[in-house]
Amino acid sequence: MSHDTQAGILGDPAAILRAAGEAFVKLDPRRMILSPVMFTIEVGAVLITMLAVARAAGQPGAEHPAFIAAVAVGLWATVIFANFAEAMAEGRGRAQADALRRTRSDTLAKRLAAPQRDAAIEQTPSTQLRRDDYVLIEAGDIVPGDGEVVDGVATVDESAITGESAPVIRESGGDRNTVTGGTRVLSDWLVVRITANPGESFLDKMISMVEGAKRQKTPNEIALDILLAGLTLVFLVVTATLLPYSIYAVSAAGRGEPLGLAVLAALFVCLAPTTIGGLLPAIGIAGIDRMVRANVLATSGRAVEAAGDVDVLLLDKTGTITFGNRQASTFLPATGVSEHDLADAAQLASLADETPEGRSIVVLAKERHGIRSRDIESLNAEFVPFTAQTRMSGVDFDGRSIRKGARDTIVKHVLTAGGTVPPEVHRICDDVAKAGATPLVVADGATVLGVIELKDIVKGGIAERFQELRAMGIRTVMITGDNPLTAAAIAAEAGVDDFLAEATPEAKLAMIRRYQQEGHLVAMTGDGTNDAPALAQADVAVAMNSGTQAAKEAGNMVDLDSNPTKLLEIVAVGKQLLMTRGSLTTFSLANDISKYFAIVPAAFGSIYPQLKSLDVMRLHSPTTAVLAAVAFNAFVIVGLVPMALKGVKYRPLPAAVLLQQNLLVWGLGGLLLPFPCIKLLDMLLAACGVN
Amino acid sequence: MLLQAWLEVVCILIATLLAACAVAPWLAAIFRIDTADSVPGRCESWLERLERPVLRLAGVWPVCEMTAGAYAAAIFVFHAAGIILLVAIQRLQPLLPWNPDQLPAVPWLIAINTAASFATNTNWQSYGGETTLSPLTQTLGLTVQNFLSAASGLCVLAVLTRGLVRRDSRTVGNFWQDLVRSTLGLLLPLAVLLGLVLASQGVVQSFGTAIEVPLLDQSLPTAAATPTKQRIVIGPVASQVAIKQLGTNGGGYFNANSAHPFENPTPLTNLLEIVAMLTLPIASCLAFGRWVGDRRQGRALLAAMAMLFLPFLLIIVRCETQPSPLLAAVTPAIDQTASGAHEGGSMEGKEVRFGPAASALFAVGTTATSCGAVNAMHDSFSPLGGMVAMWMIQLGEVVFGGVGTGLAGLIAYTLVAVFIAGLMVGRSPEYLGKKIEAREMKMGMVVLLVPLIATLIGTAAACVLPSEASAALNPGPHGFSELLYAFSSAANNNGSAFGGLTATSGFWTLSLAAAMLASRLLTMLPLVAIGGSLAAKRTVAESPGTLPTHTPLFVLLVAGTVILVGALSFVPALALGPLAEALQPLPTAAGGGKP
Repeated sequence: MSHDTQAGILGDPAAILRAAGEAFVKLDPRRMILSPVMFTIEVGAVLITMLAVARAAGQPGAEHPAFIAAVAVGLWATVIFANFAEAMAEGRGRAQADALRRTRSDTLAKRLAAPQRDAAIEQTPSTQLRRDDYVLIEAGDIVPGDGEVVDGVATVDESAITGESAPVIRESGGDRNTVTGGTRVLSDWLVVRITANPGESFLDKMISMVEGAKRQKTPNEIALDILLAGLTLVFLVVTATLLPYSIYAVSAAGRGEPLGLAVLAALFVCLAPTTIGGLLPAIGIAGIDRMVRANVLATSGRAVEAAGDVDVLLLDKTGTITFGNRQASTFLPATGVSEHDLADAAQLASLADETPEGRSIVVLAKERHGIRSRDIESLNAEFVPFTAQTRMSGVDFDGRSIRKGARDTIVKHVLTAGGTVPPEVHRICDDVAKAGATPLVVADGATVLGVIELKDIVKGGIAERFQELRAMGIRTVMITGDNPLTAAAIAAEAGVDDFLAEATPEAKLAMIRRYQQEGHLVAMTGDGTNDAPALAQADVAVAMNSGTQAAKEAGNMVDLDSNPTKLLEIVAVGKQLLMTRGSLTTFSLANDISKYFAIVPAAFGSIYPQLKSLDVMRLHSPTTAVLAAVAFNAFVIVGLVPMALKGVKYRPLPAAVLLQQNLLVWGLGGLLLPFPCIKLLDMLLAACGVN
Repeated sequence: MLLQAWLEVVCILIATLLAACAVAPWLAAIFRIDTADSVPGRCESWLERLERPVLRLAGVWPVCEMTAGAYAAAIFVFHAAGIILLVAIQRLQPLLPWNPDQLPAVPWLIAINTAASFATNTNWQSYGGETTLSPLTQTLGLTVQNFLSAASGLCVLAVLTRGLVRRDSRTVGNFWQDLVRSTLGLLLPLAVLLGLVLASQGVVQSFGTAIEVPLLDQSLPTAAATPTKQRIVIGPVASQVAIKQLGTNGGGYFNANSAHPFENPTPLTNLLEIVAMLTLPIASCLAFGRWVGDRRQGRALLAAMAMLFLPFLLIIVRCETQPSPLLAAVTPAIDQTASGAHEGGSMEGKEVRFGPAASALFAVGTTATSCGAVNAMHDSFSPLGGMVAMWMIQLGEVVFGGVGTGLAGLIAYTLVAVFIAGLMVGRSPEYLGKKIEAREMKMGMVVLLVPLIATLIGTAAACVLPSEASAALNPGPHGFSELLYAFSSAANNNGSAFGGLTATSGFWTLSLAAAMLASRLLTMLPLVAIGGSLAAKRTVAESPGTLPTHTPLFVLLVAGTVILVGALSFVPALALGPLAEALQPLPTAAGGGKP
């Protein structure tokens, strides 16, 4: 994983400068109109600027030209700060995109006339390769584009995409037949059918995603935009109607001045949800960016959001819940056999066995009984490997013939050799199987020595993690090809809520449909072509980068690390994105109350002096009060940029607790924080001699 | 004495709660919420027996389910037809029977205003009650609309609830069936019951003509022109008053509304009328809990309403039971302390038989619900007391609110609250298992914003039109309150009048009619649309990761959302009206009272 625990969330000063520059470029109204809140503020800024210019040019009016100019500056600052936030988020994405783009160096590809290695080769620039072209890639070549291996086996260095330095094997057929453009073949050769036209490759998609070039608003963003646009409309009406109200009040009270346009514009910018309106795009971009940092490529922002909603996780047992390989855990000798003898025999039978199970037997024998590794050559022994016919393995030496294998195989072997199987061996085997482990029977000639228990080892800490997920309302379902007995035992040990044993792709698909029918949103990971239907059905489908093209196309995310545990991280990123959005919206709305306390007494004080008693902050003057509120409103956007980019703190807690905490921090905090801040800005303005 | 006043308030509230608890199961049984074929049960059969002849007569039997679009169209057509019929009755008044006082045709502007007012459950009365409308017009026109407008409010609530309960459903019920069921199955029996009790207490119910009686105090007349006799209008009052309260309509038979001794003669009828106007909106919440299969949900929404209601009740009762500082400054001093003769407190514009506490409770009840009946003149309340009444209206009539529409409106607020809070728990928002998405948000915002915007813009128009701004009787901030209150009342379908406003000009009658129609239809139709779009969705399973919508915290959140929107929209306007008036320095002893 390429988590850069970066130099501060904002990055280096150059990035800040560049974002600041772009903030001005983004003032283009054709761009601004995409965000209705900020667009209205920009229109207000233009109008007030024109007013300020007109007053400076000698037009008559009640408000002081300098005050109008100051309000105009405040409005512009609000818009520019919001643009800055978006530019910062995009800048971070762009840095990633640049890194990706560097891998896409133009190379000359060896285009083949036919899908055979010995076909005629034509040197073609990689940018001109079309879908269904065939290319030959030999050791040292860069893979010119996304494709499917049709012939050959090779080791490929995919670190440019995944950050993982260990080379992987790519071969035709099966689930390891895809190659990604920009990776490098280290050994041997491949014939590859190109599957993407120029500009449509995986890398291209990834670059455009992280750059936010093709960013579309997600459904949730659209709904929030509607809410914010509605509120903006109300506040526009509230401020606009204050002009006639104040005209009436002036005539009714017989004193004071109707509100000026600058004060109304100031009130509007303070009330409109500029904080969330300005930070909304940045939050969305930052969410996708966090996904990319976790080495997950989402095909859309929508997928990232859906990840937050998921409440059923289908997790492959192997690799996610267990370490993937069964390991020997106990030696269970038959009657009359010492455990040490059994261990000794088992170790001998496994010395040359390079399977993970075999190696784990050797390790266990050493750990438990101190039996050192012996050199099979010097023992003059002959290793008998596992074959599909015999279905057992072992070793022959000194006239001894030690075999280990599944129960029925060894039983048959022993009976053929004229021996008998003690009844307790059957009992031990049954017990082991019932506990979810696999019994491996060891025989020396016609004598059964005992049983080795092979267990799936559940990853440390995974049970706690599932516990957390359960508290958040997320069910975990273990998917395994094991028999139900084994599956149940591991499920119990790992603490998953449910399991699917002897899983077939069809059973997976049916299970997803059933959960969805009950109203759940399902996430899963998959890599094989046969996973594709289930991936297409799931709400969040994470394809392993090592998987087939079909799996990647069916999924809506690709995990570049091909790490099934990543699903948990993906859910966290999705939830954090939504939480950030909600928290900043709450904060933005809660802020408004304080601004009324600043502006209403200032604006109406000349008409009804008694309203000055609402000025709880005891601000210096009406001018400083209005300007302090406007300044706070603008600065709070900048102040929250790191929060928008980093996301609010995420903890796996039940919804009720999360609501309580976030409401306290962002709701109550948003209500109270502006009071001291506005007071401080007011004192600052007064100190600067503003009256 | 003050203790007694508070005790009275508490007793009325307890009586209301009991009444609502009794009505809730009845109300819940009226509508079939789920699509599942009805199990032939006893309850189903009596409703069917009741509705079948009417629906058959109307040509909509057998009943088939409607889509949200068809349902909304039916509501629209129904309102339009109601308005046209009501205008016709008023214009044809002199030609129609049962017009003992030979009242002329109602002027066009007033007729249109009144028709819009009664069809929209607003019951703003720009006409002069018994002096403008004949008993026939009152009965066949107004009282019928009182039933139907309340019933159509319940229909909207039923659609919204069906949206939340049904899954993958294209239809949201049948408007005609819902309308008939709520009218005949619920409102009519309740109104008959209440009408009989009210009549027993002295509320007039008569088909007779006006009575001429000599003045009691014959010594009074001195000048030759002063009358010696008084005409006392009577009519079918109890029947209209019962549904005016129950259906949160508020349009009284008499111009003086529930302050009139024939409409509200005793403290007991006063109690009954308060209970009646609060019962159905509260029972709606409890019925909602039954409909969605989780009574906690209904109680939570009721708690949110109560949280918004009780503090304001405290403020207004406190304000009105205090002696008025302005009257205290008048010489010779006016007795405002409690004694055997009266309860004490600020009695200006209040009836002696009710006293300030019960009047204040009536005022906050009638503005919190969209009833709008009055038993005291809100114009004469203390500035803060008047502001409470006004603000309860401006909160969008969702604190209890209108029959059906109040809870439906609060659910729209709840969707907004859920939307923001749901995001804060890291899920895309959902309410009762239904995802809240762009369409719900769009329609929900229309429901929230139309009344706000209509109120603000209407008041602004009145302020800038010099001819109309002078319609306000009082100068200064109080005059502004009068303008603001009128538009708040119309644009939230409340219908109560602050008073002090001459609202008979073309501007007022037509703009208020427009505000009433806009805020009724542009909240009802989007609510039906929300119901339709929710019904089509699948229901998301509940888990600990789901935002709980029945907890005290959530109640706080919903109430907070209502207050925040209400405060942010109206604080500046209220500052120029009642707040400026309340904070106004008191006149020195030599100064006069309120002009």
